[in-house]
Amino acid sequence: MIAILTNPQRFMALSAWAAPTLGAIAAVLGLTGLWFDFIAPPDYQQGYTVHLMFIHVPAAWLSLFVYVCLGAASFIGLVFRAPIADAAARAAAPLGAGFTFLALATGSLWGRPMWGTWWVWDARLTSVLVLFLFYLGYLALQSAIDDEAKASRACAILALVGLINLPIVHFSVVWWNTLHQGASVFRAGGPAMPPAYLVPLLTLALAYTAAFGSLWLVRIRAEVWRRRANVLALRAAG
Amino acid sequence: MIRTLMISDLHLCRGDRSLFRGLGLRIEAGEAVALTGRNGAGKTSLLRAVAGLIRPTEGEISFTDADGAPLPTEDARSRDLHFLSHQDGLKPGRTAWEELLFQVLWTGGQRTDAEAACVRLDLGRLRDLEVRKLSAGQRRRLALARLIASPRRLWLLDEPLAPLDAERRVAFGEIMAEHLAGGGLILAAVHDPLPIPTRGLEVGA
Amino acid sequence: MTGLRALLGRELALSWGRGGGALLALAFYLAMATLLPLAAGPEPARLAAVAPGSAWLALALASLLSLERLFERDYEDGALDLLALGPAPLEAVAFAKCLAQWITTSAPLALMAPVVATALGAPPDLAPITVVAALAGGLGFSFCGGIGAALSLGSRRGGVLIAVIVLPLFAPPVIFGAGAIEAFGAGLDWKTGMALLGAYSLSAVAVGPFAMAAACRNALS
Repeated sequence: MIAILTNPQRFMALSAWAAPTLGAIAAVLGLTGLWFDFIAPPDYQQGYTVHLMFIHVPAAWLSLFVYVCLGAASFIGLVFRAPIADAAARAAAPLGAGFTFLALATGSLWGRPMWGTWWVWDARLTSVLVLFLFYLGYLALQSAIDDEAKASRACAILALVGLINLPIVHFSVVWWNTLHQGASVFRAGGPAMPPAYLVPLLTLALAYTAAFGSLWLVRIRAEVWRRRANVLALRAAG
Repeated sequence: MIRTLMISDLHLCRGDRSLFRGLGLRIEAGEAVALTGRNGAGKTSLLRAVAGLIRPTEGEISFTDADGAPLPTEDARSRDLHFLSHQDGLKPGRTAWEELLFQVLWTGGQRTDAEAACVRLDLGRLRDLEVRKLSAGQRRRLALARLIASPRRLWLLDEPLAPLDAERRVAFGEIMAEHLAGGGLILAAVHDPLPIPTRGLEVGA
Repeated sequence: MTGLRALLGRELALSWGRGGGALLALAFYLAMATLLPLAAGPEPARLAAVAPGSAWLALALASLLSLERLFERDYEDGALDLLALGPAPLEAVAFAKCLAQWITTSAPLALMAPVVATALGAPPDLAPITVVAALAGGLGFSFCGGIGAALSLGSRRGGVLIAVIVLPLFAPPVIFGAGAIEAFGAGLDWKTGMALLGAYSLSAVAVGPFAMAAACRNALS
């Protein structure tokens, strides 16, 4: 795994077939998951809005998973000084921010019929919101430093600091929620998951993961090609 | 104590731009080397690479002591090296003496050495003035004072004498000659010749 | 050691700035405390409900103010080069800078905090815990803020960028500190919140300098 991220040639060779394969898997799993979703009975409490849960929950899982991937790529980039790892970290960030935004938006839509408001400050949604702020900070830092190599290293340090902080933030938000209990009617964790829901949920989660994998590889490949084009342009300019 | 600086096969890049490749240099105690070259050739970057602030893309920079044994580069850089860039790092709101004293103490000198350097470089009248009130030449002399006050063998200088007038240049030339006679090394990036005999190295040719 | 002591003395002098540094933070704090009732209405009951929390939040924001100068000035005028080539590692330099910032900025803010909280309607008997929380939390704010300041060296956007990077890191101490103060006021267990706040600040002190030094080395390269 590390060798793939340190050697550009091996990475390009691997991702050439891996990216479309993952994309195909994502499409298949996605359609399967949606089919399971549609045949699942509506929840007695939430009605048909439970379908939003199938989009929201995997998105929330992915937002965290992508941040961990971001942290891992940042760590490899920092320690091994591998440009591919740096590119991987930078490529993952907008994808992660996108998943997080999707989780927040669908969380809000899902909660509206149940809670009567567009947003509620329960532990999980608030944690996802702070995670979104971490992503925004990362993207802001990336765009603010002109020198690419320096920007990558600075972002890598920020990603690792953020990764260490994530469990602390989650713990603090849960603690905060227990302090102010009574304001929120939605218990962290939600109601127990019947098996009819579990299958589409997991299928869609895998679909999301495969989709992320495919998009990530495509973005890294684009980054590699962009850098090669840059080098050629500089050489042509003499 | 650094006796020799050895650079071999050095390749430096700034961003995506490659500055130079295959640069080699060896400086012994008592030698001064003047780096010349057009602007942007990489003279400052070379000095910063020797100081350890920039990481070379390829090549090696090493120091040896009087017995020829290699010195650990971290130690050599933090204890036995003066790096004076064309910025002087002096805080405008503090007095000249406060800044000089800090720089001397930070680089391992004593208060008494700072006093002596003040006298040597004719900074006595300026001591209690705020740095922002000093002229460019006075600031440069203040920055140079720490070189004399804190004894460190290798001097990396980036256009050290540019803001000084002819008389002060000669005076500092004597100081540099004394440093070399005492076993010091000087690597300086310059546009004009230094007032001491030097070997030349053109960067980015 | 003399080098580090000299550095700490210099950082204290620069950060204090003949009173300018602390004065600026205090003025900002007061300004925020004034804007709050202007925005929320002067109704005592409503203000009092959020007084401890908002006083705490304003404190966190006020400590963001002097962050931009923490490393940027030294970076711009070449002093950071000198600090990187001294007898002490950059981690120690970062530690000294943040410590000096805590002493000169957070300490006066901590003393002002109960005044602001009381003016916003919090009961005056919250004063002691507000000061203690502000001192403990201020340590965390200084060191976390230092990470943001070091990371944005050489960037184009300065102050606001530092805030965007640093504010998510402020979430835990904001929660713990406000929680402790409000628990104290309600007669509930405040020690947990205080302990968590202290633990967070100490972790920031322990881990922060490494991130700051790495960021400084990156900026210098």
